[in-house]
Formats: sequence, structure tokens, C-alpha cells
Amino acid sequence: MATIAVPHVRGQERPAILEWLTTVDHKKLGIMYLYTALFFFAVGGILALLVRTQLAVADSSFMSNHTYNQVFTMHASAMLFLFIIPVWAAFGNYFVPLQIGAPDMAFPRVNALSFWLFPTAGILMFAGFLVDGGSASAGWTAYSPLARTLGPGMDLWIISVIMLGVSSTIGAANFIVTIFRMRAPGMTMFRVPVFCWNILATSVLQLLATPVLAAALVMLYIDRNFGGSFFDPNGGGNAVLWQNVFWFYSHPAVYIMILPGMGIVSEVIPVFARKPLFGYKAFVFATLGIAGLGFSVWAHHMFTTGAVLLPFFSFMTFMIGVPTGVKIFNWLATLWGGSITFEPPMLFALGFVSMFLIGGINGTYSAAVPVDFAIHDTYFVVAHIHYVLFGGAVFAVFAGIYYWFPKIWGRRLNDKLGTIHFILTFIGFNLAFFPMHLLGLDGMPRRIATYADINHWELLNFVSTVGAFLIGVAMIPFLIAVVAAFMRPKDQPDNPWDANTLEWATSSPPPPHNFDSLPEIHSERPLFDLRHGITTSHAVQPGAAEGRA
Amino acid sequence: MAAHGAQVQRQGLSNGMLGLILFIASEVMFFGGLFAAYFIARADSPSWPPEELLAPDQVSRGVRLELEVLLPSIATTLLVISSVTIQLSVWQVQRGNRTAMIWWLFASIVLGSAFLTVQLYEYSQLPFGVGDTVFGTTFYTLTGFHGAHVAGGVIFMAVILVRALGGQMDSEHHEGLEAASFYWHFVDVVWLALFTTLYIVQ
Repeated sequence: MATIAVPHVRGQERPAILEWLTTVDHKKLGIMYLYTALFFFAVGGILALLVRTQLAVADSSFMSNHTYNQVFTMHASAMLFLFIIPVWAAFGNYFVPLQIGAPDMAFPRVNALSFWLFPTAGILMFAGFLVDGGSASAGWTAYSPLARTLGPGMDLWIISVIMLGVSSTIGAANFIVTIFRMRAPGMTMFRVPVFCWNILATSVLQLLATPVLAAALVMLYIDRNFGGSFFDPNGGGNAVLWQNVFWFYSHPAVYIMILPGMGIVSEVIPVFARKPLFGYKAFVFATLGIAGLGFSVWAHHMFTTGAVLLPFFSFMTFMIGVPTGVKIFNWLATLWGGSITFEPPMLFALGFVSMFLIGGINGTYSAAVPVDFAIHDTYFVVAHIHYVLFGGAVFAVFAGIYYWFPKIWGRRLNDKLGTIHFILTFIGFNLAFFPMHLLGLDGMPRRIATYADINHWELLNFVSTVGAFLIGVAMIPFLIAVVAAFMRPKDQPDNPWDANTLEWATSSPPPPHNFDSLPEIHSERPLFDLRHGITTSHAVQPGAAEGRA
Repeated sequence: MAAHGAQVQRQGLSNGMLGLILFIASEVMFFGGLFAAYFIARADSPSWPPEELLAPDQVSRGVRLELEVLLPSIATTLLVISSVTIQLSVWQVQRGNRTAMIWWLFASIVLGSAFLTVQLYEYSQLPFGVGDTVFGTTFYTLTGFHGAHVAGGVIFMAVILVRALGGQMDSEHHEGLEAASFYWHFVDVVWLALFTTLYIVQ
């Protein structure tokens, strides 16, 4: 096999549908990851609108309590497990091999397995709506004892999340091996693009934290189905144990959900500010610092249990704000004095920096134990998580889509529609989630189906609902831009943005083997060096990629 | 699978071995989660085994939270020996002795299967079930998941054996066998930790 240098001619004879179903190409898998993740983003978004419809007015009877519990549980589960985490796998799959100058991932077939587990698990999770008692309804955190008592939809949820965990664990191993061992000649670790560094740190977190979640879910499954007592005090178990093992994964998971977004923003800002990223190495070490500290802060979700060492976890949580703050300064210093233009990728990247900053600050606020005791399980926490994961992750997703659309499809999304998309999303986002700070400080608990109209709660909730629907409306210009782009021919050059990383050194879209030629790599900006005549480009020898005979 | 191998000939571990080691690292974390549950349950309990938690109906059914050491000691011996035999298999193929490699590999599979047989027999004899307090739950979960990994390792080695009988694995190319041996040593080490905590440390 290793001696075959001929492109895969056989694949071109097969029908397109069979080609997509059996592909092990990282670009095709990346596109399928992206489509599937965006599908679940739409589903999760509709569920979010149902939640906001219910909460638009006080004492609402739009849906029953039990339905509401299912809807908000599945909203969070879809957004976290079926949208944000896999959408980073989409960008990672497509762009990590391209950015390091590799022909594919290290294990293409394992990569296909990672992908196919994902839609399968998604179907399984949503199949919960068809079974007796409905889908999972214990919140995405599935605390015991509640999660031990629900119907079979909960078991489907458990199995689905275990499958997704397997998918991201083997995917993480694949990314780590790819980044460590598949880099083009000359690309030392400190010339690896920051996006790849962030995927690497994310992968380490996934590799080491996700199996602990699998262990927790296995215990829950055994408790539910085989009479186990892990989380049952009557049998000597401990309900808080669930919270410990769950958050041991799920707090690092927050970084799994944000680090790749930070990577994308760090690719976009230098390109549209026309300056190198300020403090590349500081950024890399901050990324590794977040990944390392990420394992020591899980219990800040559990301050009110009385079962954790408060000063330690509070201190560590403040500490993790430091590398995050370093990154904010990296971005600001990159912008400083740059020749900035405001194309849609840049708008979304700047939206990320500003909104994520708020999410970081209100998160640090919650790290103080006395404050946390007051706001625990209130809407303040809901505001925080959405400023991080919508204001952060989702803005970065769109920055990535607008930025890399020309590379993936050879077409560019319309700038005007993109700008409208951004403005509506930005306004809608702040309308939807800023009032939740006020509601939370005023003591409105999260995860309740109805509330009484005291202290203007109804007004604030109504504003929030208007904002949520505005976010929904904001998707219309985006969809129009996508359809309009696909109705036009592929007209994009290799490097429409004058960007500096290797994915822009090949055609748009790239050929199946990725690169016909590669520039010499003497810095973390090989295309900048090439444009300015510092280096030259060399043809990739046919078969060189497969030269491990 | 090196079909899309590195563009640069890199030194050190191959892609496959690095991938396997990362996979084992994730497995360590999985068992770490289960061990954590066990230690927390044990630390929370005023006595271990927690006989006082047994309900009257469990006692009347004859449930006792007791473990025998003899059978698992035999199983432990079998598994430790199998770790030696798989390593002998690797060393033999490195010297080019394929016949010895195949026999030592075969011996490892037999020993692994014998371990599973002893474990299943022990399960059938134990006076408690998975639902009998957190003692039973943690015992069957930990040993059960370990047993599943032993079964996975036996299948892994059987696949390598079939490939070896088909003419693969020589002194130059035997990464599959080496990967199987790494995995098998991991399974062995997990068992030693389990045997010590579940049966020995009172």
C-alpha cells in the first residue's frame, strides 16, 4: 500500500453518495461534521425559542412542566454535545492537516469512525422524544437523584453521550498524533498556527477528561438499570459523587468548547488587522495554561454542596482567569496600530473578544465564594454560560465560517449580508442574555417553567424573548448569503484575504491530496514570507507523502 | 495504517504506537473515574464491607459481602504470566524467530481466556450481587469493566495471531504485536491495582 503514489482513481468512479458515505478524506469528513453540527444548532435553536416562548410572560401555560424540562434539557444537550464540540471537530478536521501542510489526518479511518458516531448518537438522543416518558429531562447536568428516577429517555441520553465521548476521545488522539507527527518540513512546534495549538490543547483535555465522563455515565446507567448504588445513599453511595465526576469532565469541557474558538479568532484578527499575532509564544503558553488549570477548577460548580474545599477551588478559578486575560491582551495588542478592515469574519471575531470578555468577567465574579452562594442556580449563571458559549463560541463559529468559506467551497459569502447577520446577532444576543444578569441577581432560579411577575421579572423575560427571536431572524441573511454563494461559480483565488497560514497556499477548494507545492517554512507565517520573497515554494513530490515504505 | 504517513520521516514512536499510547492514557482516566468512585464510597462508609447497610430481606436471601482470595490469586498469577509470555513473543519476533513468537502469543491468548473463565466462575460463586450495596456495585463495575478489557485484549491478540499465521510479523515489521503487548501490559497493571484494592487492602 505504501508504494502506491497514484491518486485514488477508483473513488472517482463511484456514485457521489457512496463516495461521501465511505470517505476517509479529512476535508469531506470535516464538511459532513459541519453540516451535521449546524443541523443540530438549528434544532437546539428551535428548542431555545420554545423555552423563550414559555418564559415570555409570567404564569405561562404554553407547555407543561414536564415538556419544559425535556425542552430545556435537550436544548442544552444538543447545543453542547451535538453542536459546539463537534463543530470544532469540523474546523479541526478540515484545517489542521491543511495548516500544518499534511495530506490528511494521521488515522483517516479512525477519523471516519469519529464522525459516524456523531450523527448516530444525535439520532439516539432525540429518539428519547418517542419513548414512554419522553426524552431526558434532568438538565444537561443530569444530577442524581433526579436522573436515577426518570424514564428510558434518560438511558438513551446516557448511551448517546457515551458514544459522543468515544467519538471525541479517539478524535482527540487523532489530532494529537497528526499535530505531533504530520507537520511539513520546517514546521517546528513554535511555527504551528495558533488554531492548531488550540486544537492540540483541546484534544489533550478531551483525551483525559472525556473518559471520566464515560465512567460517570456508566455508573449512572448501572444505578438505573442494574440496581446499583453509586449515587444512592441508602446503599452506601453518594449523590455528590456524580457532581464530582461529572464536573471533572464538564468543566474542562467548557475549555474544550472555547479554546478552538479562541484559535479561530487568533487566525482572523491578525489577517484583518494586517499585523502578526502579538505575543505568539505567550498565546501558546496561555493556551496550555488554560488546559492545565482546567483540571483543577471543576468544584467551583459545587460550592453550595458543602462537600468541596472552597478556598482551593475559588483560588484556582481566579487563577484560570489569568491566561484568559493574557489572550485578551494578545488580541487587543494585535489590533493596536493595525490597518483594520471590518469584513464579516473580523466583525464576528471582534464580537467574540468583547462578548467573551463579559463572559469571563461575570465568570470570575462567580468564583468568589460568597457571591457564588448568592447566585448559584440563578439566571446569572445562565447569563454567564451564554456570554461564554454564544458570545464566545458561536461568534467564533461564524467568524470561522465567513473566514474559511472561500477555502472550503471556492465561493465567498456576501459581505453586506454578513454584516447584517452580525449586527442582528449582536443586538439579539445582548437583548436575550443581558437581562438574565439582572434576573439572576434578583434571585430568579434557572430551570423553572413558570414564574410570578415580581420586580419586573416579566418585562426582563419578555425583552430576553424578543432578543432570542431576533437571533433567529438574524440567521435569515446568513442563509440567503449561503444560497446566493452556491448559485455563483467558484471564483475565489487561493488566498482571498492575504492570509499567512498554509491552508491558503493551495487551491480553493483544495485538491484531494491537499498540496501540489509547499512554501519553505521559516516562521509561523510562511505565506507572508513567500509573498515578500523571503522564501520560495517547492513542488510536493508525488508519493513523498506516502514515503514510509 | 501508514497509508497517509508523515511527510517527514520522524524519529521515535510511529504514528500507530503514539496513537495507542494516547488511547491507553484515556483508558487510564476511565478506570481512574471508577476507582475514584470506589475510594469515595469506601471512605464514606463507617465499615468496609458495609454489612450494616444490608436490608433484612437481603440478609434473609443469604447475601453476604465477602470475598475469597484464593480464586482471584490464581487468576492474578495467570494474568501476570501472560504478560511475560506476550513480552517473550515480542522479543522472539525481534530476533526473527516467528515460530516461537506464534507459540508465546498463543500461550498468552490461552492464559487470558483462562483468566476470564476463572473470573466468571468466581462471579457465579459470590454471595452478593451488583445491587447489594455500593460494595457489590463497585466490585462488579470495576472487575466487570476490567474483564471486558481482558476480553478485548484477547480479541486483539487473536487478530494478531491470525495475521501472524497468515505470514505477517517479522523482525522488521511487528508493530501490531507490539501494540497488542502494550495494551495487554496495561490490562495487567489495572488488574494488579484492582486485586490489591479490592481483595488485599482491608
